Amino acid sequence: MTTSSNLVYLIALPLVSSAILLLLGRIADKWGHLLATLVSASTFVIAAIEFFAMRQRTGDARAVTQDLFTWISVGSFNVHASLLLDQLSICFVLLISGVGTLIHIYSIAYMSHDHDRRRFFAYLNLFVAAMLLLVLGDSYLNLYVGWEGVGLASYLLIGFWNQKPAYAVAAKKAFVANRVGDIGLSLAIMIAFAQFGTVSFTGVAAGVPHASTAALTGLGAMLLLAAAGKSAQFPLQSWLGDAMAGPTPVSALIHAATMVTAGVYLITRSHFVFDASPTAQTMVLIVGGVTLLFGALVGTAKDDIKKALAASTMSQIGYMILATGLGPVGYAFAIMHLLTHGFFKAGMFLGAGSVMHGMNDEVNMRRYGAIGKVMPITAVTFGLGYLAIIGVPPFAGFYSKDKIIETAFNAGGTKGILVGGAALLGAAITAFYMTRVIVLTFTGTKRWDDEAHPHESPSLMWIPMVILAIGSVASGFLFNSGRALVNWLAPVVNAAGVHSEKEFLPATTISLMALGVVAVGVAIAITKYRTVPVEAPAGNILTKIVRRDLLQDDFNDRVLVRPGQALTRFFVGMDNSFIDGIVRGVGGVIALTSTNLRRIQNGYVRSYALIMVVGVLALLTTIWMVTL
Amino acid sequence: MDISNYLYLSAILFTIGAVGVVLRRNAIVVFMCVELMLNAANLAFVTFSRVNGDLVGQVASFFTMVVAACEVVVGLAIIVTMYRSRRSASIDDASLLKR
Repeated sequence: MTTSSNLVYLIALPLVSSAILLLLGRIADKWGHLLATLVSASTFVIAAIEFFAMRQRTGDARAVTQDLFTWISVGSFNVHASLLLDQLSICFVLLISGVGTLIHIYSIAYMSHDHDRRRFFAYLNLFVAAMLLLVLGDSYLNLYVGWEGVGLASYLLIGFWNQKPAYAVAAKKAFVANRVGDIGLSLAIMIAFAQFGTVSFTGVAAGVPHASTAALTGLGAMLLLAAAGKSAQFPLQSWLGDAMAGPTPVSALIHAATMVTAGVYLITRSHFVFDASPTAQTMVLIVGGVTLLFGALVGTAKDDIKKALAASTMSQIGYMILATGLGPVGYAFAIMHLLTHGFFKAGMFLGAGSVMHGMNDEVNMRRYGAIGKVMPITAVTFGLGYLAIIGVPPFAGFYSKDKIIETAFNAGGTKGILVGGAALLGAAITAFYMTRVIVLTFTGTKRWDDEAHPHESPSLMWIPMVILAIGSVASGFLFNSGRALVNWLAPVVNAAGVHSEKEFLPATTISLMALGVVAVGVAIAITKYRTVPVEAPAGNILTKIVRRDLLQDDFNDRVLVRPGQALTRFFVGMDNSFIDGIVRGVGGVIALTSTNLRRIQNGYVRSYALIMVVGVLALLTTIWMVTL
Repeated sequence: MDISNYLYLSAILFTIGAVGVVLRRNAIVVFMCVELMLNAANLAFVTFSRVNGDLVGQVASFFTMVVAACEVVVGLAIIVTMYRSRRSASIDDASLLKR
């Protein structure tokens, strides 16, 4: 372990900048966005310096810690607010600050017409600070602070245009769904404290071998619930689609590249729990597998470009969660897919934002068509992201997704075939819906109104898109060459000790199978969307169900929301009739008593005197009776 | 002479005073009845002083007299002011504190 004093700046700089922008108010309007972008860029510089310093060191010395202060000290329970930067967190720190900076730059142009741009950048910086704290905390409690912080920033940014009631509702929905997950994380922290007496990662890892299976399964299930909430995994996935109400850079940064991957981070960070509890690991596998198919299916029917991409994000994170559920061999591939996904999905979201920017904020892909001709840079960068996500070699997604499919098949037995089959099917559907997005948006015939004048976005917007596109092209190859990322992460996720299982099928066969299903998906999409009606056709019952997000909202509404509201109404009635009845009854009795007592006070001195005489006589009689 | 006769007298005087306070309407008469009650108490003090053979009761009666004198001053002033303002010395008329 090495100590460093630079880590705190990673969090402090964006936090202070956010506070400055929020507190100064309109004074900071002119330069607020510049300060925020500068601060974000400087966190990236610090992260890069730390990364290169880390590469110089070897072995255990690579991880860096910084102890800030004693946060809680109660008896034998001590929590230090301290930061840990190891091989795993540096991946996240670089992704967050790197993609974050690009999106700051993009937002300068994207939000230039919004008179609340300063507030937007303040929230973005707040998000960067909270997200960095999330990945830098060295205990579950420190992580929890960042976890809640990103939830807050996400809520504020989804509801950034909260003058539209629907957007405010979307923000609230995201917040409530996240709360369910947050309860999971707080319960996990409580279980960890009850079992191990500590909440630090190292402490919990050390205690795991002595813990009971039930406790570990409970801990794993709660961590999974937390991950499902933050990462929009089944069954808490319903908020992500509505979260697209936020400005597009927010969707790119928070709801595609970084925050929604916090669940993957949490599971990878807690790998010792899941490695020790096969039940919990199986639950992770199921959640990942269900979500990757769920998201992919939803993506096939969305006409809103951002919602299609959101469904795709859900599905891709499903892949990552699935990979983490495969045990030590999977963690590195989950992180690899997370990083490549960060590039290509953020790039595609920025591309979608660029299209919307040129199309008067139109999001319906049926009203796009042939945009590739007028927005060539957007089309090319989006296209590179597209090739990456569907997994065409040598683009980034090929390496990461292929590895996940391969590892899934190698899990062995029925489990391997089920999980691998789900991943393979997901890849086919991904190819279908992403091709659909491309075909509907960039090729075909022009379907937009005559009032729309699509044009290429300013350079501040396309430069980040180009950089992310380069990442979508090259990152997979870089991470995979010489198993660079796997070896890099091995000390953290204990993958070194894993002896590879018997291969289910040769890696090349699986790659070819994956490419085959991708080709099928692409071919179906191209044939099906040769002509695109501007109004969506009615479709059969299945299409309708998929359009309604596989009835996720209807289910939540019927099963959770309405009974919840009925219960609330019941309690309100109880409060009004019973509790308030008691309170009003007490008041009523006192009022009645005093009304009657008031009659004694008639103002006549003689009657007061009589009462005194009678009282004294009564008192004397009582005393006499008692002493008798 | 039996000493308890003094106490009976004291009790009778006190009762007359108390009944007067309760029954009479004229403030002056009520006032006089109050004085009567005080003097009944004084008589009891002096009697007990005699019974006990010390001077404590007699001293107490002096205190009572001083208090009674003060009360006369204040009480008469109130009655005079009351009479001036409403041309009546009836205490039943002075019942404004009722509400």
